[in-house]
Amino acid sequence: MSGYMEAQLIILCLSIIYAYGIFLPAASGQLNLGAAGFITLGAYASAWFNASAGAALPMWLSIPIAMIFTGVIAIAISFPILRTRGVYMVLATFAFAEVVSGIVINLEFVGGASGFPVDDHADVTVIVPVTIAVILFSFYFMSTRLGLALRSIHDDESVATLFGVNVRTAKVVAFTVGAMLMSLGGSLYGHHYNYIEAQTFNVLLSIYILLYVLMGGTQTAWGPLIGAAFFAIVPETLREIAESAGLKWLAEGRFILFGVFIVLLMVFRPEGVMTRTLQNRLGGGLFRRKKVLTDDTGGGS
Amino acid sequence: MLVIQQLVNGLMLGGVYVMVAVAFTLIIGMLNFLNFTIPALFMFAAVLMHATMMGQLPFGNDFILSIFGMEYRWVAGIIVSLVVIALVSLVIERFTYRYMKAKYGDATEHALPLVSSLGFLIIFEHFVVSTWGSDPLTAVSPFGQGTFSIDTIIFSVPQIVSLLLSLIVVIMLSVMLKATKLGRALRAIAERPDTATLMGVEVGRIVPVVYVITGLLCAVSGILFTINYATVDAYVGDTVATVAIAGMVLGGLGNVWGAIIGGLFIGMLEVMSIYIVGAEFAKVPIWGLLLLLLAFKPTGLFGHTLIGKGKF
Repeated sequence: MSGYMEAQLIILCLSIIYAYGIFLPAASGQLNLGAAGFITLGAYASAWFNASAGAALPMWLSIPIAMIFTGVIAIAISFPILRTRGVYMVLATFAFAEVVSGIVINLEFVGGASGFPVDDHADVTVIVPVTIAVILFSFYFMSTRLGLALRSIHDDESVATLFGVNVRTAKVVAFTVGAMLMSLGGSLYGHHYNYIEAQTFNVLLSIYILLYVLMGGTQTAWGPLIGAAFFAIVPETLREIAESAGLKWLAEGRFILFGVFIVLLMVFRPEGVMTRTLQNRLGGGLFRRKKVLTDDTGGGS
Repeated sequence: MLVIQQLVNGLMLGGVYVMVAVAFTLIIGMLNFLNFTIPALFMFAAVLMHATMMGQLPFGNDFILSIFGMEYRWVAGIIVSLVVIALVSLVIERFTYRYMKAKYGDATEHALPLVSSLGFLIIFEHFVVSTWGSDPLTAVSPFGQGTFSIDTIIFSVPQIVSLLLSLIVVIMLSVMLKATKLGRALRAIAERPDTATLMGVEVGRIVPVVYVITGLLCAVSGILFTINYATVDAYVGDTVATVAIAGMVLGGLGNVWGAIIGGLFIGMLEVMSIYIVGAEFAKVPIWGLLLLLLAFKPTGLFGHTLIGKGKF
């Protein structure tokens, strides 16, 4: 595999891990615009536990510790944040990410504004298997009772409560597990590039990750995979078309075209590319679910 | 004395936030969604103002020069920004609201408008990067550095004019909401869109007006930002205009007067925290305040409990 392809593959894998982190709460209708905050926590915690100036632990220990660290913080903030709904939750998670980046940039023992070097290196042979594990885990998670509960909360919260779903617990678990996945993605980012800066994990990153999920679709676990792949592949393909055809305007403006894609996709597929109806139609016998689980909300109502 | 000087500077910065906060609050109050094209329009207006003043538009520079001359290119800048933003707002309205409403009923049931507005944010930022580059653009203020001082506190004349101008615009808007027929229709839609339709309010014709008003508020704010702070880039919307969100929540979602007070307060809070704890740390008090507010008093100071109850 060429170096260029490998670099693209790493970016795709990290995007997929981040996307599943946002997908789990989004599956229950909770929009999290604070991805950058959790990624920062994971990247910096793992880097510090790994660094010789910090706890000097090997990478395979520092990453899980960073995940637990992020998980604890996520549980702590999930109670106030999950009291809010809709627009308020988007704002609260957004504010959380800004607070995290503001604090981290001022912590001198992790390098402050000048960034922090990371010791151990994680190459493609680590990141790809971890990504596959994350994908399989998310599919499993969505097939459990809890996954079903999340879907029911997404469709109608009060009805879910009436049917005995513990809404608060389900939301907290989804939010926390999602935060831990983003932390995993952040630590892998740090260990791959061996250098982290708080400024890299900015508002735009949070926005892009939320877009991966909402464009892919929150109804099935395929959504984040498709969304992240779309984001990784379309701009690169446009760039290659532009280069081979010698179109300078396309090379410079390919993200404009990409933004137009996003807007148009929302016009034609408001629930994202992959919906339950589409899954059933494509799946045939292979992925056919029991009839009781299918519904026809795919096209929006 | 230095503290008072900082408070004055904060008030001036707050003037920029006030209009953006009012724009956010109008869209949330009327249409119940967080419009991320607002930072984009703010940034786009600021960059257009800069480009017209410096003769860096993609086309039409000579034409503007021949009509307005070197000295009055700032007038052309204001006209170009306002006209372009108003037109762009109409396009945005079509794709974040009208089309969805026609096709899928209540658009806020889906995260649609939010996602489309994020799509527009990406479009505008990359349009500016590909046209003018991603480096900060520096303009020369057409009004120079006029200042006067009371005691030892220095006031910058353009900044005072901007603050007054933004307050006047917002107060006119709030009078319009109270007293005119259009204002009554707007308040009816904010209260309950379906009932408003039944009562004969033409929702389909009023909503574009809301978009144009909010777009123009952002444009005026962006123009004043370019004139006062001289340096703009493609990401000024992300770093400056999003702070206004904190001001909006402080004042209470959907409340114009709340957004004025919240915007001014956030401006002062930002300048004071830069003065006391340093520029790097200044984000923490602002966003920390927002987080605490949302956790404990999400309706803000003067908020309306009905707003934000939709799914997204």
